[in-house]
Amino acid sequence: MSDEVKKASTGNDIDLSLYESQTAEKPSDIDPSSLSDEDKQQMMSAGIMLEDLSQRSGTYIQIDNAPVHSSVKQDGIEVMAISQALDKYGWLKDYFWRAVAADTDKYTEHVDSHRSEGYFIRALPGSKTLYPVQACLYLAKNHLVQDVHNIVIAEEGSELHIITGCTTAAGKEAGIHLGVSEFYIKKGAKITFSMIHSWTPDTGVRPRTSTVIEEDGLFLSNYIIMKPVRSLQAYPSAICNGKNATVRFNSVMVATPGSNMDLGSKVFLNADGSKAEIVSRAITTGGDIIARGYIEGNHPESKGHLECRGLIMGDSGNIHAIPELKGSVAGVDLSHEAAVGKIAEEEIEYLMARGLSRDEATATIVRGFLNVDIEGLPPMLHAEMKKAIEASEQDLF
Amino acid sequence: MEKGKNNLLEVEDLSVRVDGRHILHDINLCIQPGETHVIFGPNGGGKTTLLMTIMGFPRYRITKGRILFKGEDITDIPLDERANLGIGLSFQRPPVVRGVKTRDIVVACLKDKNDPGTAEGLAKKANLTDFLDRDINHGFSGGEIKRSEMLQLLAQAPELALLDEPESGVDLENIALIGQLINHLLGKIHPIHMRTHSGLIISHTGHILDYVNARTGYVMCNGRIICEGDPHDILTTIKEKGYRECVSCPMK
Repeated sequence: MSDEVKKASTGNDIDLSLYESQTAEKPSDIDPSSLSDEDKQQMMSAGIMLEDLSQRSGTYIQIDNAPVHSSVKQDGIEVMAISQALDKYGWLKDYFWRAVAADTDKYTEHVDSHRSEGYFIRALPGSKTLYPVQACLYLAKNHLVQDVHNIVIAEEGSELHIITGCTTAAGKEAGIHLGVSEFYIKKGAKITFSMIHSWTPDTGVRPRTSTVIEEDGLFLSNYIIMKPVRSLQAYPSAICNGKNATVRFNSVMVATPGSNMDLGSKVFLNADGSKAEIVSRAITTGGDIIARGYIEGNHPESKGHLECRGLIMGDSGNIHAIPELKGSVAGVDLSHEAAVGKIAEEEIEYLMARGLSRDEATATIVRGFLNVDIEGLPPMLHAEMKKAIEASEQDLF
Repeated sequence: MEKGKNNLLEVEDLSVRVDGRHILHDINLCIQPGETHVIFGPNGGGKTTLLMTIMGFPRYRITKGRILFKGEDITDIPLDERANLGIGLSFQRPPVVRGVKTRDIVVACLKDKNDPGTAEGLAKKANLTDFLDRDINHGFSGGEIKRSEMLQLLAQAPELALLDEPESGVDLENIALIGQLINHLLGKIHPIHMRTHSGLIISHTGHILDYVNARTGYVMCNGRIICEGDPHDILTTIKEKGYRECVSCPMK
């Protein structure tokens, strides 16, 4: 494997040889509540609840390259380390590296060549999670490459809600997180996937995610990053192969000074009635953001909309919005809107006329800007996303 | 003009410049607690400028004169402080604030008056229950915008309500409701001597006078108040003869 040949198509290049790589450790099973308070606190900041698992249908925790806990609380739902799932199900290898190609770039190759662990989450046909399944990917060791390979399968007519929190141990520095995630949504199934990233100013992050959606399948993806990160590049894709397959990507990103983010969502509409909506909200308080979006309509009865809005707060930082649409047949209905700017003075004054101070008015508008309406999200999940946004806001002002 | 210590609002010799242009010239008016005054006048005459200046928007530069509210000189104090002193404005064309819900603003207006259900109760009164959880002003019709502005003012409960054409763009059915909301806002359910809340209403057409009683009327033209008197008399003259008559009126 050569770093030279397989550089990623977007994002700064990370020299992985500067970091320690290791082969995945065997799964173990610890009691999550026995983790140190410090670790639990960090995980909590990424939306992971460990003290009380009664509000979760299942839990997976990976620390560095070792799966340390997987448990499930509901029949019809499976949560385990990917190595355990491969041992259990011979058919799983057919899903391995199918949505994401192992030779995509050097980061996927690194994940492939280190027998990486990760989570396997599956809803059996017709099963619906009562509570979200939570997964935590935790980077604890200095200068380490964390390799992760996740597979999520929603069988026919099932519903899965997943919260993933990715974070680092307090006071650690300069690690790399490489995460491959492959989602398979079968006929009439639905996955709501909410991911909170909470890294450190030294971390490099390269997720590689793809979702295949069959007939009447629905994928709702919510992504939030509001903490500093040195370099983050991700361009998850969804492939709508079945009739009426629908996807919605919501992303909320805040780049503080020193943060570099290159983030987008990509959708391929290949089937009759397939639909996509991509909504992103970017704020820079001094960091650099590239906000991408790509919708490709390959079926005459497909429809997609891309909305990309950026706010520049303060004197430095930049936002580069790159919305792209491609139609390959007549009949596709694709549109986008993009806007980058500052908060309109008129809006601030409107709220000030109601008695809010300038700072209160600004905070209210920013909170509204970040408050992407997430259709179809259960109220409890919505409340948790809101909580995560509000917790991070305290650092923003 | 009645000057006295009890005035809620006193505008003295006020001249105002907007974006470098002189818009208002030597405006004088006084409003006592419990009174409602109405300003008529052709478009572009400076009515909105006067309201925006009293509210305190920074774009409206006072070049001469002063504004007193409850006896205090507020000429140089900022917008939000004026709101907190008890001045409120219903906007003619309020901005859409994406992601900020009507409820968020109503609750902010209520401040410590927010008992559970207060926002819902007021929204019900304004027939806007379904709008509480919508982005403020986003996709609202003309009438919905007016009612939403009234809803916010009802929550704010200002002692002086500045209402910029509350009836424009509102259909007949809704205009009665707007009238009711204004009467509620101005405490007109109470006997005159017990009223403390005052209003200054801009009306281009005067329709609102069918629903809301006003004590004093003004005609504003070319940035000046050219007539002051009984609002119904003024309106009758305007309806018969148009604003041209006001401009040449010997009373001014």
